[in-house]
Amino acid sequence: MYTRAYKRIISAPPLLWVGIFLLLPYALMFAHSFWIVRDGMIAHEWNLQNYAKLFQNPVYLDVLFRTMRIAASVTMLSLLLGYPLAYYTSFHAGVRKDLLYQLVIVPLWVSYLVRGYAWKTILGSEGVFNGFLQYIHVTKEPVSFFLYSPFAVVLMLTHIYTPFVFLPLYASLEHIPRNLVEASHDLGAGSSATFLRVILPLSLPGLIAGATFAFVLTLGDFLAPLLVGGPSSIMIANIVQSLFGTAYDWPLGAAISVCILLLTISLLFLTERLEKGCSFR
Amino acid sequence: MSRALQNARRSPLLGIYALLVFAFLYLPIVILILYSFNRDGVGGFPPKQLTLAWYRLLFRDSAIWDSVLNSLLVAAGAVILSLTLGLLAALALDRASFPGKSIFRRLVLLPLILPGIITGLSLLMFAVFSGLQLSLATVFLGHGTALISVATTELFAGLQKMDRAQEEASLDLGATPWQTFWRVTLPNLKLSLIAAGLLIFTLSMDEIAVTFFLIGRDNTLPLEIWARLRRGITPEINAISTLIFAVSVVLILIWYQIRTRTTGKDAQELLERP
Amino acid sequence: MTQPVSIAEHAAASAASGNALLEVRNVAKRFGAREVLKQISLEIASGEFLTLLGESGSGKTTLLRLIAGFEQPSSGEIWMSGERLDALPPYKRRVNTVFQNYALFPHLTVQENVGYGLQVSGVANSEIPSRVNEALQMVKMQEFAASRPAKLSGGQQQRVALARALVNRPKLLLLDEPLSALDANLRKQMQGELKSLQRELGITFLFVTHDQDEAMALSDRIALLKDGGLEQVASPREIYAHPANSYTAEFIGQTNLLRAEVRNGVAACGPLKWSATQPPGAALFSLRPESIHLSPDGPAPTDAVHFRAVVRQQIFSGSSEHLELELAGQSLRARIPARGPLSGEQEFWFSPADAVAVRE
Repeated sequence: MYTRAYKRIISAPPLLWVGIFLLLPYALMFAHSFWIVRDGMIAHEWNLQNYAKLFQNPVYLDVLFRTMRIAASVTMLSLLLGYPLAYYTSFHAGVRKDLLYQLVIVPLWVSYLVRGYAWKTILGSEGVFNGFLQYIHVTKEPVSFFLYSPFAVVLMLTHIYTPFVFLPLYASLEHIPRNLVEASHDLGAGSSATFLRVILPLSLPGLIAGATFAFVLTLGDFLAPLLVGGPSSIMIANIVQSLFGTAYDWPLGAAISVCILLLTISLLFLTERLEKGCSFR
Repeated sequence: MSRALQNARRSPLLGIYALLVFAFLYLPIVILILYSFNRDGVGGFPPKQLTLAWYRLLFRDSAIWDSVLNSLLVAAGAVILSLTLGLLAALALDRASFPGKSIFRRLVLLPLILPGIITGLSLLMFAVFSGLQLSLATVFLGHGTALISVATTELFAGLQKMDRAQEEASLDLGATPWQTFWRVTLPNLKLSLIAAGLLIFTLSMDEIAVTFFLIGRDNTLPLEIWARLRRGITPEINAISTLIFAVSVVLILIWYQIRTRTTGKDAQELLERP
Repeated sequence: MTQPVSIAEHAAASAASGNALLEVRNVAKRFGAREVLKQISLEIASGEFLTLLGESGSGKTTLLRLIAGFEQPSSGEIWMSGERLDALPPYKRRVNTVFQNYALFPHLTVQENVGYGLQVSGVANSEIPSRVNEALQMVKMQEFAASRPAKLSGGQQQRVALARALVNRPKLLLLDEPLSALDANLRKQMQGELKSLQRELGITFLFVTHDQDEAMALSDRIALLKDGGLEQVASPREIYAHPANSYTAEFIGQTNLLRAEVRNGVAACGPLKWSATQPPGAALFSLRPESIHLSPDGPAPTDAVHFRAVVRQQIFSGSSEHLELELAGQSLRARIPARGPLSGEQEFWFSPADAVAVRE
């Protein structure tokens, strides 16, 4: 039904665009990682010094591991908050299901900056939360550790990514035919047994997808530490950002970016395999 | 869902937990909105005097509104660019087969899942490489490229739901493929296009990570706010944030209404990242 | 649990112990303003094959779900073996269901599906494989034990669903239109297998279908439902020969409904007259098509009613001819053994004993 010309016309522009504005930029970033900064200029001399720096200087690995810890915390907490919410909306919400769904996607789409800023104003020493605690006489003085700490970063990012985790989970849960739940009850399994044996296994694809998003996106986040994190919560993307800013060393920054990119892609590959293995359609 | 089960074991604990999670999601925003009306600024508790002073200040702030205009321009451009390329990409994925198709598919969807900094930096290097000055144009390029994936996902879902036989009937009745595209395919995709457009618009207006590295002298709204944050917190920022929130809510709810009318709930699983 | 007892022995023991296994007492069910079941009372005997028959919307599936425990009665009670059944959640009832779309767990193998009920009830792990194997052998699916449901055909999934339910030795097995998704030949085959399985095991089967041929082929008794009410509960032969009312007469098998006027012991419907014992007045009679015979075919009883009618349509169907006859403006359907084309006016007869009086 579709002629060769038709197929060529529709494929060419996006292919070209993706080639020029996605593939080429990635290739450029890749190339930059093998170059070096000399006398304040980027010299196109091919070498592996940047990668050597990454592995030799413990700072980079420390920050990377801290970033991964933060990402893991955010993922765990988002799942802890998002899964019961998705489960409730899918199985217990009845006629209000649609309304609840909309209530979740609103915070999902509303500006990242707005939400991060909100936490900034809440957690600070002069912030709302401290004011509240003093108002109800729980504390006498401002508590400073709420803001500018890894705690604040995890809190803010959990707030951002819980709805992210909710979406694919909810989709997975909705896909479970309700007669499977009835069959499980029919065969003698109560609510918790049914959840553990039937619902949870069948919701794994959505769970893996959601967890992957939360983890990968947190891994590359640089805005949260700048908003609510302090010097102790610098994440790997902040290092990259400063290398492209005041600490002018694009090649090193590119090298770290390439590492983040490779890490992300391998994670995606892994979890895609996992998802396929857990999907029973 | 069987009513007997629902009635017999409606778990109150789960309901309370769900409520708490909702509170967690909404409380910060509610507080932010509340304090935009607070005379004494942001912080402290409780807010003492309510006032519209900060909003009045906001409306006189020309820099902010300049940045809003910039954002609107970029967003409009991004919508057009992403929808066009996204539509073609969706059609290609749906109908054409060519070597490297699966790589193409992943590549198109990659900006959706990759952290924005990667996309932003790689495009920055591209801009430098091709001698482009950093400006709203580069921002527009960045948004357009990053958001193609959103358009592709939505439009692909819309194509899948379409009845193929309609196109076949059109050809059978004598229309050329081009005519069929305009008279049959596009009208069928109308709602998907609108939904995708709304989403891309909203995302472009809010974009920071990619924009951060591609911005020139003219700021978009998020970056203008960001710049002010560096100088300190003022309730004026609460005010503009509240407005952003209000507009976003309206746009999102409209998007949702359109979405559920077109592709139904099962296509929403295809949407990987907002 | 000392000695593993086979499913058949288990069922025989429970059948011997009593008569009415399940009692539905004045059960009604409303969904909002809609009354789906209207005060149904029904008894199911232990070891019998009872079919709930009716059109869609008749309430048959709702009644099944009430017994399974997926819905609660709006009023009335359900008792099983002397205990209140409707007070128990589904996972505590000794009742198992074969679902219409099988509802097999896609993430478990056939073996794990069948063993599910045993696992959640805490049956010893050592005992499970042999019981699962026994159940699979009954439905002839042993070689598929390690397969996933997605790889099986509809008929195969059907059998697994059956095994999964039976392995738990339920007192009552509910089957919700289990054969409706199968094609005609497979359906006939499965009907036969279900019937012999039930006879062999002696487990009480409650079967739901809208197909009256299926109901007649399988059941010990049929309960015909219409708009939430029970029209008649009787054996297939009884229902066929003595339908309680016109709906039943027309739903099960085909029939001619003759409106007659009874006077002085004679029923008159147009030119047809026959002796009848009904009280004087209007009466409705059901006359099955196969009860109308072509005159040469005999022997006709002495009180046979003879009449002439025009053959308007003749449809050949292998062993019989389906005739549409016209007689004094009325249309009659007849079924006679195959005998080649007929035309014009012919002479027919029927026996008054075959004209069964039915309520409206």
